[in-house]
Amino acid sequence: MKICICISNVPDTTTKIKFVNNNTAFDNAGVQWIINPWDELALTRALDLKDANAGAIEKITVVNVGLADADPTIRKALAIGADNAIRINAEPKDAYFIATQLAEVIKKEAFDIILCGIESCDYNGSTVGGMLAEMLAYPSVSSASFLDIQNGQIIVKREIDGGQELLGTKLPFIAIVQKGIAKEPRIPSMRGIMTAKTKPLQVVEAVAGEPFLSYNSFELPKSKAACKKIDPENVKELVNLLHNEAKVI
Amino acid sequence: MSVLVYTENWDGKFKKLSFELISYANEIAKKLNSTVVALSIGNVAEDELKLLGNYGATKVLSVVHDKIKGLDNQVFTSIIAQAVEKEKSTVVVFAHNNTGKAIAPRLSVRLKAGLVAGVTAVPASFKPFTVVKKVFTSKALSTVVVNTPVQIVTLLQNTYGIIETATPVVVEAFHPQIQDAEFTTDIKEVSKVTGKILLTDAEIVVSGGRGMKGPENWGVIEELASLLGAATACSRPVSDEGWRPHDEHTGQTGKVIAPNLYIAAGISGAIQHLGGVSGSKCIVAINKDPDAPIFEAADYGIVGDVLKVLPEMIAAVKELKNS
Ligand SMILES: Cc1cc2nc3c(=O)[nH]c(=O)nc-3n(C[C@H](O)[C@H](O)[C@H](O)COP(=O)(O)OP(=O)(O)OC[C@H]3O[C@@H](n4cnc5c(N)ncnc54)[C@H](O)[C@@H]3O)c2cc1C
Repeated sequence: MKICICISNVPDTTTKIKFVNNNTAFDNAGVQWIINPWDELALTRALDLKDANAGAIEKITVVNVGLADADPTIRKALAIGADNAIRINAEPKDAYFIATQLAEVIKKEAFDIILCGIESCDYNGSTVGGMLAEMLAYPSVSSASFLDIQNGQIIVKREIDGGQELLGTKLPFIAIVQKGIAKEPRIPSMRGIMTAKTKPLQVVEAVAGEPFLSYNSFELPKSKAACKKIDPENVKELVNLLHNEAKVI
Repeated sequence: MSVLVYTENWDGKFKKLSFELISYANEIAKKLNSTVVALSIGNVAEDELKLLGNYGATKVLSVVHDKIKGLDNQVFTSIIAQAVEKEKSTVVVFAHNNTGKAIAPRLSVRLKAGLVAGVTAVPASFKPFTVVKKVFTSKALSTVVVNTPVQIVTLLQNTYGIIETATPVVVEAFHPQIQDAEFTTDIKEVSKVTGKILLTDAEIVVSGGRGMKGPENWGVIEELASLLGAATACSRPVSDEGWRPHDEHTGQTGKVIAPNLYIAAGISGAIQHLGGVSGSKCIVAINKDPDAPIFEAADYGIVGDVLKVLPEMIAAVKELKNS
């Protein structure tokens, strides 16, 4: 069985967001780049499955749509334990464009399970995984919080309002994963970091594709009015304000 | 022309979210000189379907099909695509919830229609279709232009509100073509808690962080929540430690919510936590550290010990209720 994890290269979650060119472009200056947190959990789960099902999973591949500046993030995924990586050499313009590129590669590689994170923490689209599934005409399970192989069968759980559903699905399929899929992301070991340098990172050229969306301009949210501090000895005052001033209780 | 809304049902019933989606679509329809058509899949009584007319729907397409046992992404995509064609819809509206996130991207590819996920307001213009959405985990906003003739949006819950406007509404049975091969999801088991206010539906949320010290102290959070008709939530370390269930985890990697009131007790206000709650209309922070970043996001704050402040808050709310 071959597993593919689609990874996105995103600014570290603590990044102070700034824009340039008259607020039309994200300011890369000084930004630390990481594997999108959900994608990292997906990779962790794939590696756990490989460890637990010796021989059943022959290869774990990470695929990214990005330019050469994504290579350090891809190497990190290799250091964590992916066997090989493919980078599709293009600027990731929008979700539709990214999915178009991923579909092309995934079709050729014939993966059995494809994992995508539910959202990327840059443009917060929640869309690449579902689009990819539709392009490939594969089944998709969204909001997947559990994935296992039991007696050769794939078991997935998805989150629903107030609970979960346990599903069976056909292969190949795409799981769009969220919290729960793995607990803590794996961190690279010393040996992982050493071997990552020699693992294959194949760069392929992009196919033609047009984005559906353009992100024309950006702004920072308006700053909030200062917090009204209430005397800790007068908690009643807080409740009064919530009732009479904010009118929320 | 029409604006199509997919209105999910919960055991045959709609909820506030459904009416919010219709209200939102109605505002778009007014601007486009168009009408709102709702699409319902599953068994929903006619009276319930007609409720959608109270918020501006003029037509409700109702699909009842005995092979549909739950959400099957491919089948639902196919049904909605057929409804779009039939109703000549130019805009399709979903909720930005588990269901919307599962189907809208597939529909986007099927219809070659650009999708903007997680919008919080109606489009600023329609030629071209321009709408604002949050990006970088709520740290910024972007003005997005959609370059396709049909557009899809998913609306973040509790951000638009409900606007009543009685509209004559017709319910129409709709029989889309569905092939057996389109069914790929086999639901083997469902586990669900009932009777609990869902975090994403709640208008008030009482949330605890590591400053609560341990699960044994959650009684005050639950008591305050139940007095206020609120849902309970927590920060990520609290659910990671197993003090609280995972579905209460709010923030960038958990649930993104926008209640009217968010009470953060013993939560430092890390940027990843704020990413999930900054859309709240009013935030109250209780923290013993006057420099905790949560106070920068809060509207009201008390610098103090949660285990002392919360019981006093409970007493004050009780007093308010009795007055
Ligand atoms: C990739 C990534 C994603 C993340 N996603 C999320 C997410 O989705 N949601 C999330 O919540 N976190 C997330 N985090 C974690 C986040 O960075 C913080 O670590 C977390 O939010 C802190 O939780 P906390 O506020 O409960 O705990 P702490 O930061 O430990 O804060 C506890 C607070 O309680 C106060 N306190 C202590 N005792 C008392 C008392 N007796 N009375 C009053 N106040 C008291 C302290 O002053 C402190 O401010 C993420 C981190 C990363 C790296």
